[in-house]
Amino acid sequence: MTNKSISAIFAETAEPRLATPGMNRATIFFLIVTVVGLSCGVLAFIFGHHVIYHNTREMPWGMLISTYAFWAITSTGLCIYAAMSHVFGGTRMGIVSNRMVWMSIICIMAAFSTIGVEIASPHRMLIYNILSPNPTSNIWWMGTLYGLAVGCMIVEFAGIVTGLAKIALILGVLGAIAEVFANSCLGGVFATLPARPYWYGAQLPIYFLTAAFLSGAAAAVLFNFLAYKIRGEKMSQTVHLAVKSAGKAMTLVLILYAVATFWRLVSFYVGGPELGRTAADALISGPLSINFWVIEICIGLLLPIMLIILSRLENVGMMAMAGFLILVGQFVARYDLVVAGQIVPQNLGWDGLPSYFSYVPSIFEFGVIAGGIGVVALGFLMGERVFGKTFTQKEHH
Amino acid sequence: MNIEDLEKERNEGIENLPLQERRKFLQMGLAVTGVFLGGSVLSLTSVSYAGNQSSPDTDIPAEDQYPYPKHYGMVMRQNRCIDCEKCVEACKQTNHVPDAHGAYRTAIQERLTTENGVEKREFRPVLCNHCNRPPCVRVCPTKATYKDPETGIVVMDYKKCIGCKTCMAACPYNARYFNEEKYAIDKCNFCIDTRLAEGKTETACAAACPARVRIFGDLKDKSTEIYRLLHTPDTKIWVLRPDTGALPNVFYMNA
Repeated sequence: MTNKSISAIFAETAEPRLATPGMNRATIFFLIVTVVGLSCGVLAFIFGHHVIYHNTREMPWGMLISTYAFWAITSTGLCIYAAMSHVFGGTRMGIVSNRMVWMSIICIMAAFSTIGVEIASPHRMLIYNILSPNPTSNIWWMGTLYGLAVGCMIVEFAGIVTGLAKIALILGVLGAIAEVFANSCLGGVFATLPARPYWYGAQLPIYFLTAAFLSGAAAAVLFNFLAYKIRGEKMSQTVHLAVKSAGKAMTLVLILYAVATFWRLVSFYVGGPELGRTAADALISGPLSINFWVIEICIGLLLPIMLIILSRLENVGMMAMAGFLILVGQFVARYDLVVAGQIVPQNLGWDGLPSYFSYVPSIFEFGVIAGGIGVVALGFLMGERVFGKTFTQKEHH
Repeated sequence: MNIEDLEKERNEGIENLPLQERRKFLQMGLAVTGVFLGGSVLSLTSVSYAGNQSSPDTDIPAEDQYPYPKHYGMVMRQNRCIDCEKCVEACKQTNHVPDAHGAYRTAIQERLTTENGVEKREFRPVLCNHCNRPPCVRVCPTKATYKDPETGIVVMDYKKCIGCKTCMAACPYNARYFNEEKYAIDKCNFCIDTRLAEGKTETACAAACPARVRIFGDLKDKSTEIYRLLHTPDTKIWVLRPDTGALPNVFYMNA
């Protein structure tokens, strides 16, 4: 172990070239977005979650849950790719894996801050998750494993920064395993509810893992592109190859994800409970159809495929744009999944209920979403500024 | 009568059977077929046969398999309900249910149906089904909701509730709501704390019902009215959403 002081460590990792007025302005802007956005969530603790958010008895989960899932899924993806590069070495993504570990931590922080203001009594969670754990609960496992994963990744990242390669490697693998299981439990939260036919079924946890590989690769391409954009310099050949490699993964998983989505929807139309079919109708021709066809399919699937083809996996800008659009599609896909599972009344046919409940997120819910984006943007900029050299060094172990 | 003795008897044929006997036989046949179709096809389960070991998904356990010292449940004699909502009001008063939108432990649903060309209004009282395989209990991360080991009633330990609302998403019966006063999820608990603890034998809703729609009691106790109702031959009994496999303890019949 080296006896370097903290300031000496930061002196080695920091990227002074990024201490520009433009960067400072962007950092301050996203800091404000984060504070103002998450303050919307803090209001829930003052005025009541039931007042601030538009969740109801019938639709207890809304956009905050789907956004939590989006960030958690993206974090898992980034973490898996980083760990795979660490463990197997030799993959082209290895050179950018430090950045991926950092962004995985940042994405899970965005997820935690979103769910932290969504849950009515997080202080009770801190106490009773430990004092009264329920081993049959997916939520318990998910929270515990994501907590474990972020702990591992923070130590891993500290190992990377301080040059403790062995610790970084072991913790990186442990963190990735925890992330995969956590992601699986997140899928399980929805997949194990027979009351909600649109979610219930064995496919969903695999679907979530597929989404993690997709969002992770898309985020890897996008953040690496942005890292060089803010530096105003061209990628080196090796980094370019790494991004190309992430782009390939993104393309492959996009196809897998599209296939999974197709069969998932088809399955509701060949039989099964009416509730599931009516929920699928919400996407195909009902209140979520614009989200589905315009954003999930056109913006999140077709346009990225076109861009990837046009880029020939060479033009990083185009690939980054494709990655960004995929993330937009994934964000909306999570929203549609969460909403569609609850949008059909369970007692349809009684009380003169319409086929679909109406749910429009409140302005405060949008505020929290902005806050989460702020966390990620701020984390990205701060990461590049403080650990930039660690992210761009040729080999870290 | 012994089967060997029966074999020795002379077949008397069916020609001289009275009409009454034929009807009885036919009814029995229908009842038996109903049992085997129950649950999966007709979404009904004949509780008279519910203890049958060969069918693991029956709605009430076999006589010697009640998991709780007392096993509380409720029968809804649905066609008696007139939607006076005295049950809803009594529940609100007894259990201090906040006067907020969507806050209720029990409700009455209604719909219009047409029978023989005549429009008919139908009412259906609903509440927590205190399932034997409760999805809400399984999903709760902190065991804030659990089956009371003495009665099988699904109860809440409010101080442990983190407000993740997974139990609300998991419940097939929309039986749970966010209680803004307790800042926790709340639900029907068969008045375990407000009435049963005081030695009363009925829930507030059952006691308030002028039409005796709701019959509450120990499913295990042969002397109770609920036991008698659930074991009356030829009674069509159904549960809500049997497909979810939650094994509810609230049974519906027209009687």
